[in-house]
Amino acid sequence: MGKLLGWVDDRFPLMKMWNEHLAEYYTPKNFNFWYFFGSLALLVLVIQIVSGIFLTMHYKPDAELAFASVEHIMRDVPYGWLIRYIHSTGATAFFIVVYLHMFRGLMYGSYKKPRELIWLFGMFIYLALMAEAFMGYLLPWGQMSYWGAQVIISLFSAIPVIGDDLTLWIRGDFVISDATLNRFFALHVVALPFVIVFLVIAHILALHEVGSNNPDGVEIKKNKDSKGVPLDGIPFHPYYTVKDIAGVAVFLFFFSVVLFYFPDGGGYFLEHANFIASDPLKTPAHIAPVWYFTPFYAILRAVPDKLMGVGAMGAAIVVLFFLPWIDRCKVKSIRYRSVIYKANLTVFAVTFVVLGWLAMQPVTDTITNLSRLFTLLYFAFFVVLFVTSKNEKTKPVPDRVTS
Amino acid sequence: MSTDSVNNGKRRFLVASTSVVGAVGVGFVAVPFLASWMPSERAKNAGAPIEADVSRLEEGRMMTVDWQSKPVWIVRRSEKTLANLEESTDKLSDPASENVDQQPEYAQNMYRSIKPEFLVLVGICTHLGCSPTFRPDIAPADLGESWLGGFFCPCHSSKFDLAGRVFSGVPAPTNLVVPPHYYVTDTTIIVGKEGGNA
Repeated sequence: MGKLLGWVDDRFPLMKMWNEHLAEYYTPKNFNFWYFFGSLALLVLVIQIVSGIFLTMHYKPDAELAFASVEHIMRDVPYGWLIRYIHSTGATAFFIVVYLHMFRGLMYGSYKKPRELIWLFGMFIYLALMAEAFMGYLLPWGQMSYWGAQVIISLFSAIPVIGDDLTLWIRGDFVISDATLNRFFALHVVALPFVIVFLVIAHILALHEVGSNNPDGVEIKKNKDSKGVPLDGIPFHPYYTVKDIAGVAVFLFFFSVVLFYFPDGGGYFLEHANFIASDPLKTPAHIAPVWYFTPFYAILRAVPDKLMGVGAMGAAIVVLFFLPWIDRCKVKSIRYRSVIYKANLTVFAVTFVVLGWLAMQPVTDTITNLSRLFTLLYFAFFVVLFVTSKNEKTKPVPDRVTS
Repeated sequence: MSTDSVNNGKRRFLVASTSVVGAVGVGFVAVPFLASWMPSERAKNAGAPIEADVSRLEEGRMMTVDWQSKPVWIVRRSEKTLANLEESTDKLSDPASENVDQQPEYAQNMYRSIKPEFLVLVGICTHLGCSPTFRPDIAPADLGESWLGGFFCPCHSSKFDLAGRVFSGVPAPTNLVVPPHYYVTDTTIIVGKEGGNA
């Protein structure tokens, strides 16, 4: 065995990579609950790729056949229902895990110098994930697939001058049609998964270059022993691999509860209208995106102007990219930051959830007014952060990590 | 190899010029791939004109026909409805249909139609492409007391009157589109084609 390993190592940096990224990757010893979600996101990515490959073997990307082929998977293919529900539940799980992972970053300042690129790669993953989820949702070719895609593609028509030609180019037809379905299939199963996997590798490489942040937001590389090992660091393997496996077990418990007992999530994970084949002549009376897009959808709906609405929705996502430069406070962790930041972040988190809820409600004047209020609050987070973070009153940050 | 005779300026020039030529080449190669996303010849040829018989359409009712996979509405309007159209013009963005892209010339009038009685519209919201709901009822609870009948988009609550004219203060920027159409007989409409007798 040792001989074989030596033979490989002479030709490929196997042990070198193992050590750099696992056995000798030193991680802060004070990780808490919030640090499960990075490895869980990786797990969900694997679940999605594997279940997706098997769905592709039975699915037909053809406007005439697509809806029936999904029903075929659900009814005729052995365990097809299970594989499809794993994939649809995985989509929801992906966004839950990613939102919690991003919130962790906000709490502990994980996007700050020297980790700006980790944040940027992460934001691009999030963007690619949204595109991936959106294109995947068209494939069952149900009513929500069709009209959801109609609305999202029409967003591009708000762009002045080139808008109409751009939407025509994206659809490949004058309406959403077989051409659209076929290209979305290609992007969903080939192009975007490649992009996501590449970005995830970049995300992890950047992380391992600078080292992980932690709930105290102190740099463990500042205090090393005589061998150059951080005093507050423990090797990722076996310590955090074992810890993460415990997280995986708990995660899979919740995942299975959804998978086996309410795979449609009460209409929030798989919308009821999507069990009806697409009809280009009739929009469902109540149309809302799947839950993970709803906060941005609420912002779109709040603005009574096409270009401004689309612009506001785009800005709500783009502004997140600039977070490392909007937040000018040197202190990373929320533990040592001011009451203003704590309040600001709390309001932001609540706002995000409330916007998501608002977008699922049928439009009334009250809902519209509330959406406007919370849209302002969403953007207020960044304004308040930019203004108050420069000379923020912080508590002294310890030299070493606390428990 | 001695380094005395190296001409760095020449090297930089050659590297830069090769890179530029290479980038132009990549640009050219990208064209066919990007162009392949445009509508195919088959898609361009689809969407022949369709014929609609409105003889049995009752006053105040709407029928939907399929043209280019888009819903096309035909509404038969009453005298009262037509009179109402004149009333609420101050609440509209473009009451006189001045945006010429939204209707053919022969529909650029108060009723946005050839014959005032029949309204022909593409039933796709000019905001984000949902198909609005026909709401001919007067002053329903959810749309308010001033509602005189029209179209309501369930997606983002854009409102249009019974001539497809958009109300101001809603997300939709323009009036609903009137497709090219003409009458072959008194009650037969061809949608999707300009007629000589229009």
